Amino acid sequence: MYKYVVNRILLMLPTLLGAAVLVFIVLRLAPGDVCEMRMAGTGLFADPEAIATCQENLGLNDSKLEQFGRFIGGYAVGDLGISMWTARPVTEEIAIRFKLSLELAILATVISVLIAIPLGTISAVKQNTWVDYAVRTFSIAGIAMPSFWLGILIILGLLITTQAWFGAPWMPPIHYIPLTEDPLGNLTQLFWPALATGYRYAAVSTRMTRSALLEVLREDYVRTAHAKGLVEKLIIRRHALKNAMLPVVTIIGIEFAFLMGGLVVTEQVFNLTGIGKLFVESVLNHDFNMTQQLVMLVALIFIITNFVVDLLYAWLDPRIRYA
Amino acid sequence: MASFTADDTTIEAPPRAGFSKTLKDFVRNQPLGAAGGVIVIVMILAAIFADFITVYEPEQISFEAMLVPPEWAYPLGTDNYGRDILTRIIFGARTALFVGFVAAFVGSFVGLVLGVASAYFGGTFDLIFQRVMDVFLAFPLIILALAVVAVLGTGTENVIIAITIPFIPQCARVVRSNALAIREIPYVDAARACGFSHLRIILRHMVPNVMAPFLIMVTAFVGQAILLEASLSYLGLGVQEPVPAWGLMLQGGAEEYAESAPWVAIFPGLAITLAVFAFNLFGDALRDVLDPKLRSER
Repeated sequence: MYKYVVNRILLMLPTLLGAAVLVFIVLRLAPGDVCEMRMAGTGLFADPEAIATCQENLGLNDSKLEQFGRFIGGYAVGDLGISMWTARPVTEEIAIRFKLSLELAILATVISVLIAIPLGTISAVKQNTWVDYAVRTFSIAGIAMPSFWLGILIILGLLITTQAWFGAPWMPPIHYIPLTEDPLGNLTQLFWPALATGYRYAAVSTRMTRSALLEVLREDYVRTAHAKGLVEKLIIRRHALKNAMLPVVTIIGIEFAFLMGGLVVTEQVFNLTGIGKLFVESVLNHDFNMTQQLVMLVALIFIITNFVVDLLYAWLDPRIRYA
Repeated sequence: MASFTADDTTIEAPPRAGFSKTLKDFVRNQPLGAAGGVIVIVMILAAIFADFITVYEPEQISFEAMLVPPEWAYPLGTDNYGRDILTRIIFGARTALFVGFVAAFVGSFVGLVLGVASAYFGGTFDLIFQRVMDVFLAFPLIILALAVVAVLGTGTENVIIAITIPFIPQCARVVRSNALAIREIPYVDAARACGFSHLRIILRHMVPNVMAPFLIMVTAFVGQAILLEASLSYLGLGVQEPVPAWGLMLQGGAEEYAESAPWVAIFPGLAITLAVFAFNLFGDALRDVLDPKLRSER
């Protein structure tokens, strides 16, 4: 096991390095750079000299190898550079947004689990009844529905119902309310985007819970449990669900990693300043530094989550032992 | 004198399931999948004959008819430029299906060939190829697509490329694992013993045998591609105005006029959902039929 863990951690490095090379090359292939974007943004005739100075200052004229060296070398000394757009340190820019995105991702995962496990269980227990069909339609619809559209519908629904019930339209506040300052305000703000994202992710885990549980329900030990006269509820909860959770945990874990990417769209709809929105902005602004670091951050979260899921798998099922 | 006619010697061939019978079986066993298939076909027809079934031009701006609620003249209302929403949704189907099909087919075909080749050659090639695929798989789809858009810029063709590239490693991964099993089957050795070229063995002997997972992936990808295109367009990084595209329709006035003109926001989203829903239903059914091993419990 110990050897496996070390091996996996070591294997992360080439993948991350590959990701770094990939994103570095891809960004440099793009025509135009942040300086042209910044000067053009003023709407005036861009002064070629100003652009040249700006490029010089940001080190865009250095050789590609030098630039790559700075990018990778930065990790060794813990300096991720500055945002080419705002000139503030990348770490600072990410730090103020990361809290929001992480909170949103966790909240969305919690919501999706709260939806998925009960629904998947009911669907499996009531297999091939109208309840099952309703749950399955609900979950396929969740996969088909773009989360930004669901977000728009939620805002619309909130505006209309609050108008009708309270006489004044209400929608979640746009400015971020930190959890530490006003927990209730924070929740009322983030609940809706988390719901829009969570429903979509619940769809996949509902299906997984259902099929995993169906498989387990056919096992001999479940029949034995029935034979010895155990109550159905107890059989489902203690015997079946516990064993069916394995693939579900994997799916939830993998989705948590995907959430970071999925938030890109949701944050846009609810106008939340998280890392998803930052990512879109830095892509649009050709902010190489920022985009690079964000891509690496997402890749790192993704790889680590997958790794943790694998470990969790072994921990949950003692039969699995990684050599 | 026995004279043999063709009739006498005809041996009743085992009834080969004709197209209509296969279709009938499919409809009977997979009613949901068949429903999905029907929606897909209707959408394809609507996209092809969009010019004939619509009254307005998709890009026709009319300042007299801005944000008209659904009525007889405009069944789904008009947007903030006075463009008919129904017309734009029908023409949007053209964009969505074009992007969806091209990205899904190209992406999974390239993935198919690469995946089979990786399994066939094995050894160092396979190892390096798998590590490269790992790198691509280390990003969520949309992040990779966004990065490609950053390089190529926006517009329909670039969106297709941006969506195609992330599909390649996903398909290659699945196909490779299937192809690894096929590689061990003696007919591949036989083909090699016959002196056939690598390309021929890969394309003629191995690729046809991984068709089932391939087709399943393609249908799943079409739905994903439609969603991804809509997301990119919604972010302003996909298809650009005035091309009618569902995601784009939600970007423009949809949020701004959400309260006063909800139809602008509702119908294009419904079109996206319906399209992806249909492809998913059809894909699920196809998987059940093509691959009994993968059959989900029902």
